[in-house]
Amino acid sequence: MQSYVQIENAGMVFNTKKGKFTALTGVNLAIEQGEFIALIGHSGCGKSTLLNLVAGLLDATDGVLLLANKEIKGPGPERAVVFQNHSLLPWLTAFDNVHLAVEKVFGGSESKAQLKARTATALEMVGLTHAANKLPGEISGGMKQRVGIARALAMEPKVLLMDEPFGALDALTRAHLQDELMKIVAATQSTVVMVTHDVDEAVLLADRIVMMTNGPAATIGEVLPVDLPRPRDRLALAHDPHYHDLRSRVLEFLYSRQMRPKEAA
Amino acid sequence: MSAANPTHEDLDDILSGPDIVKVPAAAPRRRTPYFETESGRRLAEGTVTLFRNAIPPVLGIAMFVALWALVAASGKSIPGPAETWAAAVELFSDPFYDNGPNDQGIGWNILHSLYRVGLGFGAAAAVGIPLGFMIGRFDFLSRMLSPIISILRPVSPLAWLPIGLLVLQKAEPASIWVIFISSIWPMVLNTAAGVQRIPQDYMNVARVLNLSELKVFTRILFPAVLPYVLTGVRLSIGVAWLVIVAAEMLTGGVGIGFWVWDEWNNLNVAHIIIAIFIVGIVGLLLEQGLMLLAKRFSYE
Repeated sequence: MQSYVQIENAGMVFNTKKGKFTALTGVNLAIEQGEFIALIGHSGCGKSTLLNLVAGLLDATDGVLLLANKEIKGPGPERAVVFQNHSLLPWLTAFDNVHLAVEKVFGGSESKAQLKARTATALEMVGLTHAANKLPGEISGGMKQRVGIARALAMEPKVLLMDEPFGALDALTRAHLQDELMKIVAATQSTVVMVTHDVDEAVLLADRIVMMTNGPAATIGEVLPVDLPRPRDRLALAHDPHYHDLRSRVLEFLYSRQMRPKEAA
Repeated sequence: MSAANPTHEDLDDILSGPDIVKVPAAAPRRRTPYFETESGRRLAEGTVTLFRNAIPPVLGIAMFVALWALVAASGKSIPGPAETWAAAVELFSDPFYDNGPNDQGIGWNILHSLYRVGLGFGAAAAVGIPLGFMIGRFDFLSRMLSPIISILRPVSPLAWLPIGLLVLQKAEPASIWVIFISSIWPMVLNTAAGVQRIPQDYMNVARVLNLSELKVFTRILFPAVLPYVLTGVRLSIGVAWLVIVAAEMLTGGVGIGFWVWDEWNNLNVAHIIIAIFIVGIVGLLLEQGLMLLAKRFSYE
């Protein structure tokens, strides 16, 4: 039995003006259905590149990526992406932004009323029913990010890919959205790959934390299973010695073994 | 019916009696001064803002008119504001008379000029905006056309007139040609810049959603580029209106530019000054109209 997402010996070489730049090399990872994977590493370690490979926004120059035993070729709605900066279309309302995705995925098989209902449900899931008719410019950063999540979830993707989705938010909003995301993922049983640079976020949300070595030619350094029981509660975890143990192991990887060369010097 | 316990009907009877003066239930002892009430305060604030906004421009115009009067008074050749105003009142009292091709009302002259600008500018938009989209979308095309555009863009509009006369043989299409060629560049360049500056994020959304080319155009390309297009249109219409006066001076016919030249030959300086104001005001209106349009379509 193959895993749901299979990354085999994937590598990525960019052609830049200064010559070839090897971003990723020899990445091997198997993700099971319903699993929540956090990719963590120092900036420039290629974690976003790896996510873009799974999304199909980039084509791997080496190796193979499979989703449900099919090779990933180009982007597609079955691998929805929540972008770092929400990437909502500013001339469409929150509702229309989500509806655009819903229409594309389900437009062939469902009636207009069903499509609207799906859109409304997705917005309700992120608690934004009241802001459905607002333009992105009229709502806060956290709300925009929630619309982005609603758009991705509404597509009912096989894999939900999130590229530092909460990176640009303040700490309180981030905590709130993390809690919401945990609930939604528990309810939808989604398979999630999330890029993050936040150790607490990774330990709180993930089933496994994939730690990347430093670039260039980055690869997976270590995979840490997070065996904390769900549902997880951030307050309870704050006093949980096992949580702190896991957290320290990620920190130790990032700051002693993969200390950035510049900072180490 | 007892006086101690009046019913509602009784009260209504009493209150509707002729000798009852109705007093509002919670009438304040002291009558609130008007400027402390909600509407009064708003009126006061509105008046203050109105004056704050109106004083600088009014002052500016007053100074301009005073300066003009001074210059007019010191020399003999330039008519002063009062004289010009009188001439304008006379001119605009009958704007649409028609005494043959060389003597028509000021209204006809303005409309003829606007018509030429409309044709030349319309053709420029029809060619320039799609061309801008293509230049923005295809790098090859951009690099192919950019040297030509760079050379042709700074050419003075009137330098195109002889070519127009030569090819088109007639004055009327030649002046439209001049409008076309001089007002096309801002639209081409702004549209192209708009297309090139579409954030990669939007295109990534389109790719993840696998949107069709049509959807990409209607939902992403077009709305993203529209503000740039409108900026180009606004600049272009300014150029077109700028050029029409000069072009008509050379080609003749009915139009505000030729009218200026005609009045110069008649030595009617007051009319020339009026024409300058007309050109300025019409240009301002064209630009403001497009600004409103642009605001309507801006999403930020």
